[in-house]
Amino acid sequence: MADGIKDKVAILGMGCTRFGERWECSGEDLAIEAYKECLEDAGIAQKEIQACYMGSCYDEVGIGKSAVHLANALKLPHVPVTRLENYCATATEALRAASYAVAAGAYDMVLAIGTEKLKDTGFPGLPTGGGGTDTLLANPDATGPGMFAQLAPAYCKKYGIEMPKVKEAMAHISVKSHANGSMNPKAHLRRPVTMEQVLNSPIIADPLGLFDCCGVSDGAAAAIVTTPEIAKSLKPNQDIVTVKAIQISVASGQETTFAWDGANLITNQTAAKKAYEEAGIKDPRTEISMMEVHDCFSITEFVIMEDLFISPFGKAYDDIMDGFYDLDGKVPCQVDGGLKCFGHPIGASGLRMVYAVYEQLLDRIPEERKVKNMELGLTHNLGGEPAKGVVSVSIFGRL
Amino acid sequence: MAGICSYGGYVPRYRMNRGLVVGAMAWINPIIMMYAAGEKAVANFDEDPITMGMAAGVDALTGKDLSSVEGVYFASTTMPYIERQNAAIIALAMNLNENIRSADYGGSLKAGTTALLSAIEGVESKRINNIVVTAAETRQGRPGSPQEIIFGDAAAAFLVGDTDVIAELKGSYSVTYDFPDHIRGANTKYDRQWEDRWCRDLGYVDFIMESINGLLDKYSMKLEDFSKVIYACSNAGGRKKTSGKLGVTPEQDQPNLQDQIGEAGAAQPLVMLAQALETAEPGDKLLVVGYGSGCDALYFEVTENIKNYKPAKGISGCLANKAALDNYTKFLVWRDSLEGEIGLRGEVTDYSALSALWRKRKQIMGMWGTKCTACNSPQYPPQRICANPECRAIDQTEPYRFADKTGTIASFTNDMLAATLDPPAIYARVEFDGGGRNMLDITDCSPEEVAQGTKLTMTFRRKYHDKQRDIIGYCWKGVPVKEVA
Repeated sequence: MADGIKDKVAILGMGCTRFGERWECSGEDLAIEAYKECLEDAGIAQKEIQACYMGSCYDEVGIGKSAVHLANALKLPHVPVTRLENYCATATEALRAASYAVAAGAYDMVLAIGTEKLKDTGFPGLPTGGGGTDTLLANPDATGPGMFAQLAPAYCKKYGIEMPKVKEAMAHISVKSHANGSMNPKAHLRRPVTMEQVLNSPIIADPLGLFDCCGVSDGAAAAIVTTPEIAKSLKPNQDIVTVKAIQISVASGQETTFAWDGANLITNQTAAKKAYEEAGIKDPRTEISMMEVHDCFSITEFVIMEDLFISPFGKAYDDIMDGFYDLDGKVPCQVDGGLKCFGHPIGASGLRMVYAVYEQLLDRIPEERKVKNMELGLTHNLGGEPAKGVVSVSIFGRL
Repeated sequence: MAGICSYGGYVPRYRMNRGLVVGAMAWINPIIMMYAAGEKAVANFDEDPITMGMAAGVDALTGKDLSSVEGVYFASTTMPYIERQNAAIIALAMNLNENIRSADYGGSLKAGTTALLSAIEGVESKRINNIVVTAAETRQGRPGSPQEIIFGDAAAAFLVGDTDVIAELKGSYSVTYDFPDHIRGANTKYDRQWEDRWCRDLGYVDFIMESINGLLDKYSMKLEDFSKVIYACSNAGGRKKTSGKLGVTPEQDQPNLQDQIGEAGAAQPLVMLAQALETAEPGDKLLVVGYGSGCDALYFEVTENIKNYKPAKGISGCLANKAALDNYTKFLVWRDSLEGEIGLRGEVTDYSALSALWRKRKQIMGMWGTKCTACNSPQYPPQRICANPECRAIDQTEPYRFADKTGTIASFTNDMLAATLDPPAIYARVEFDGGGRNMLDITDCSPEEVAQGTKLTMTFRRKYHDKQRDIIGYCWKGVPVKEVA
């Protein structure tokens, strides 16, 4: 019987670029920036890296297909380099593969890196395409906000809640993330906003307004993973951050084709259950110290709070408005600003979230952004569309 | 005896007040003020003669046995494709059999009557039976031209056969002239017309009279034998002159719907005939004339069967379902007469995989899904492994068509980010009555007409036009069911 990944892999070092409209940088430049920081943090030489898993989602506007372009850019010395793609969970997939390689004993020093250059399309929002033949030939040319917006009416119907109330909680979510992001020098959007600004912002896809949508950003993030034993030997005087769980759940076709309420996500819930089991968590509401979740849109964060079994189903409104997820709340969420304000370069976001948790666990955070009683951090990605998506839930703590 | 067994029509929902055109364009061509009366039917941004002709065909075949159809003839001078048969696309979307005959009739505004004649004569030959004849048109005039304001978009269709005939073809008379009153080359978008007085006097008046008189002589009849005289002539002066010379009485004169639809080219005489049949009585004799490069004159006699025939929507039903298109520039953008900015996002067009389209033709063009025979759940798109988590049966399916089902909106959005010629893009999660679900584009409505619980029917529409390669993609969309008085 498999017993999971818990405490079998340590994160030796991490790097993360400033996210944003990095007009001066290519995808390769961003990767090098994150790699450089990561190497310095890990305290190892380039030649010690034995394998690399790299993630990028939109190869059409990014660094191209395959891992060759990145291997060339980083001058990785003829080691196995593999490109992974799994929508918004892409970077988490890279970390998962790197962690499994270490846990399997195949390698003991592996680089996981995610990079995405989105701001070369010439238009706002994500690049088009990628839905396959059926989308091209028959399905609606739906956008990210358009697909996620549909969660809101379905949620209202499911729980008998009026839309203005849900919109109010959605606005609180964005106000909170802007407040957090404003304190973070690496975040894309650094201006605090008010409830009024959020509620009065122009509609992008009804009921989502401009401030309900996350930033579309360029960025990269990286991690070097090794065994806990090596980590301890290399860093005898600091805490060792280990992987407690990395789980992925991919939609089965049930949601799009058979039956689904359109409000809460089966993928979110199944990934969370598996991750809590792997990490040995019984009561996530009291055991999780902080979360970096996939707040691509405010309504997404809203339902995730229930799907991760933190807020009771139908009750996320109460927790959100009570400040339960605010920086000084019981389970702070989007402490670094989240996708909303830190930004969302698709193929880097998973590792950026881990970076936020890693820094909290190592207590490298300025006082104003520090999470109290930091023990376990959760990261969560949700790629694709709600009905046809990829969800990752990962948990990190100290050894 | 062979003839018309059923009829149907299609008029786009959007109607534009001609005053809008005059207000915008009379400065460059004041003569269009003469044509300011009434409104013209305007195809939606996702409609074209194929989708309209298909919709009229579906209307005509309501309650009929689709599997008995042996042919489909499509008439239009504004067919979307020069090569790739338009009738074949209509047949696929209508879910007709594959062992049928198909033809496109074009090149002249009399193509509609010629297609109808060919179909009836085919049935008379006893070598083919039950032919769908459908005609649709979206003629375009240059902005500010009389044609722009006169033309309107519409379609009509008939099932032609030898059983339960409601109107028998008793005779016909045709004349053919290379009369170049209206000209459009293979690569020309707008109708070009010679001086309208010449068109009127030597074209409409002479040829319509020649064909009608020829028919009357041939069958030793008089005009007063006919209860309706049905001929298309958008030139009001020409129409008045022709009717006057022929002695057409107001009771005989079938309205040409100029104030409600406009001149619908090859479809026009068929649209008028379909509407005439709505009120026809057994024994009525109908004279139908199609004009263009000469004329076809057709003589029908209505049978007792008309008493038992109930049309579906018909032209009158379609006329009642309307919404104002209150923006002339929107019309210009929809017809590609004005290049509207939809952003760089809208410039991205992926290559159409035509081999994939062929493989998936039933799914995409016919809205076929599957039904799991193990658990009886309908699923779209077609599935090989059942999507029911309690079932998961592999390859235990039968074809299941969603195009003729109704559905309900479970959730939806109005998307201002999506690139579309009719923002906001409205799309919704739809649950089909009888089972199955999918996300669908919603069309022919404004955001105010969409809510959770809105009932939908399915409609065959354009999905995209890849201008670089001139490939038009079609798909099925949802359209809210409207209460029509």
